[in-house]
Amino acid sequence: MNKKRGISRAKWGYIFILPFFLTYFIFSLIPLLDTIRYSFYEYYRSGLKIIGPNFVGFDNYASVMGTDFFTYLGNTFVLWIIGFIPQIAIALLLAAWFTDARLKIHGEQFFKVVIYLPNLIMASAFAMLFFTIFSTSGPANSILMNLGITSAPIDFMGTPTGTRILVGTMNFLMWFGNTTIMLMAAIMGISPDIFEAASIDGCTPTQTFFNITLPLIRPILSYTLITSLIGGLQMFDVPQILTNGQGNPNRTSYTLIMWLNNLLRAPDYGRAGALSVYLFIVSGILCFFVYKMMNDEDAYQKKSKKKGKR
Amino acid sequence: MKPKNNHSIARSFLAHFLLILLAFMCLFFFYILIVNSSRSHAELQKGFSALPSGSFAKNFSAVANDGTFPMLNGIVNSIIVSGLCAAICTYFSALTAYGLYVYDFKLKKIAFTMIMAILVMPTQVTALGFLRLITNMGMYDSLLPLILPSVASPAVFYFMYSYLKSNLPISLVEAARIDGSGEFKTFNRIVIPIMKPAIAVQAIFTFVGAWNNYFVPALIIQSKNKMTVPILVATLRGADYMSFDMGKVYMMITVAIVPIIVVYLFLSKFIIAGVTLGGVKE
Repeated sequence: MNKKRGISRAKWGYIFILPFFLTYFIFSLIPLLDTIRYSFYEYYRSGLKIIGPNFVGFDNYASVMGTDFFTYLGNTFVLWIIGFIPQIAIALLLAAWFTDARLKIHGEQFFKVVIYLPNLIMASAFAMLFFTIFSTSGPANSILMNLGITSAPIDFMGTPTGTRILVGTMNFLMWFGNTTIMLMAAIMGISPDIFEAASIDGCTPTQTFFNITLPLIRPILSYTLITSLIGGLQMFDVPQILTNGQGNPNRTSYTLIMWLNNLLRAPDYGRAGALSVYLFIVSGILCFFVYKMMNDEDAYQKKSKKKGKR
Repeated sequence: MKPKNNHSIARSFLAHFLLILLAFMCLFFFYILIVNSSRSHAELQKGFSALPSGSFAKNFSAVANDGTFPMLNGIVNSIIVSGLCAAICTYFSALTAYGLYVYDFKLKKIAFTMIMAILVMPTQVTALGFLRLITNMGMYDSLLPLILPSVASPAVFYFMYSYLKSNLPISLVEAARIDGSGEFKTFNRIVIPIMKPAIAVQAIFTFVGAWNNYFVPALIIQSKNKMTVPILVATLRGADYMSFDMGKVYMMITVAIVPIIVVYLFLSKFIIAGVTLGGVKE
């Protein structure tokens, strides 16, 4: 009966979703197709002259997929992993502590508010702040020298490791609070009976964590991992501002999106297009995993709903 | 009642120690920022001091009157863009979610699958085509292309959809119809009020997201008076800033960061609860 009524109102369904899809087609799908089209053309500026657009087949793909590509992909990955490992480790630890009934944390709300704060900060302004604080004449060096830890100012951004660690630290600070709160919600979704049973059976907190909590929150852990990977692939604001778009020293902090940004500004639309398509394929694969995860959950909910109705 | 052994005391101590350390890490940089933005250039050259000084107002007026980096103008632009993004993004996401939830139509499943497939697609991969499209449409160097695309926000849609599924009984919609309420009227008068909590949470996240957005706006905006805050911060980094008044530089960063912190402190409880509500956040 419900369905019959629905059909007569089908037109309203289309009307209600029309703005979304219209906007999506104009501002996302057409640009995507156009990006793919440009990737097959030679179209760039050389001096004051604009060359192209001339059809060149897969030349752009071949030229983009050189050593630079793998260097920048490697940089992006290194910058991501430096932030992600402490992020997931600390978030797991904090989430377990916050949800542990036997461990009373004083000022829990205060800590939650503080650790989430950096997530809302403008990444570009945060990077600019780090740049001024860690410059050779900045407050970080001034503090270290006052404490007698170092006698001469340290050039934090003069070495590849220093720059990478600064970027990783910023990413860690910006995301560990968010991950903690996500994981907390996942742990609180586990039935308290299980924890109680474990406690009665004499499980230590460490045993409970590794044998009960960790296996049960695996789905949300993989979700966090993949969304963070997608985020890592898009890493731009922090290294761009910190290194002024250069990724120096020696392009060791130069990410794929920083490269895309420079190609778009050159402009070199052909190679920017080819790079975009590569990025599209990689993020498409990652999106597929997220899609599957969300969909499995959805299908499960639908099934149980149907069962309930019958 | 509480048989506290040494082990659990040690554990509690460790937990508090680590939390205090992390809280310190999160707050210390902002503390330095606030202190330094209250000090004059000469004081800053002498090295770091933990105590604020009296140049806060002077630095602020220097930032407010700077024509090369129109920070306050940038804040106005950012508020316009972020505010409109938040408003239209939440309204149209709710509308789309309602359309897909309440009505049955042929393409419903395909439409839903499509949105789910692009849920976490990065915007950067279409930046080239977007830039060309905007240029061809004559919207280059205007704020409009920063606002309009937010009508289609898959993640916000998914949040709204989940919220509707657990909070809107179809019978309520049917009852409204029997009372002779039109479809749009039902949505605006009955469904929107029910969705208020979800709309508020997503409005905040969309606002913050738009406020912090840098990649695409930096490609589109060229003129100084149209720049949003992140672009101005980037311009500041690109300039020969070492010759600048450092008190002013710190004040510019303060002006970019602090408004969001103030809003956050008022809404923190609400925001933290909202992080997990829909489960999806980029």
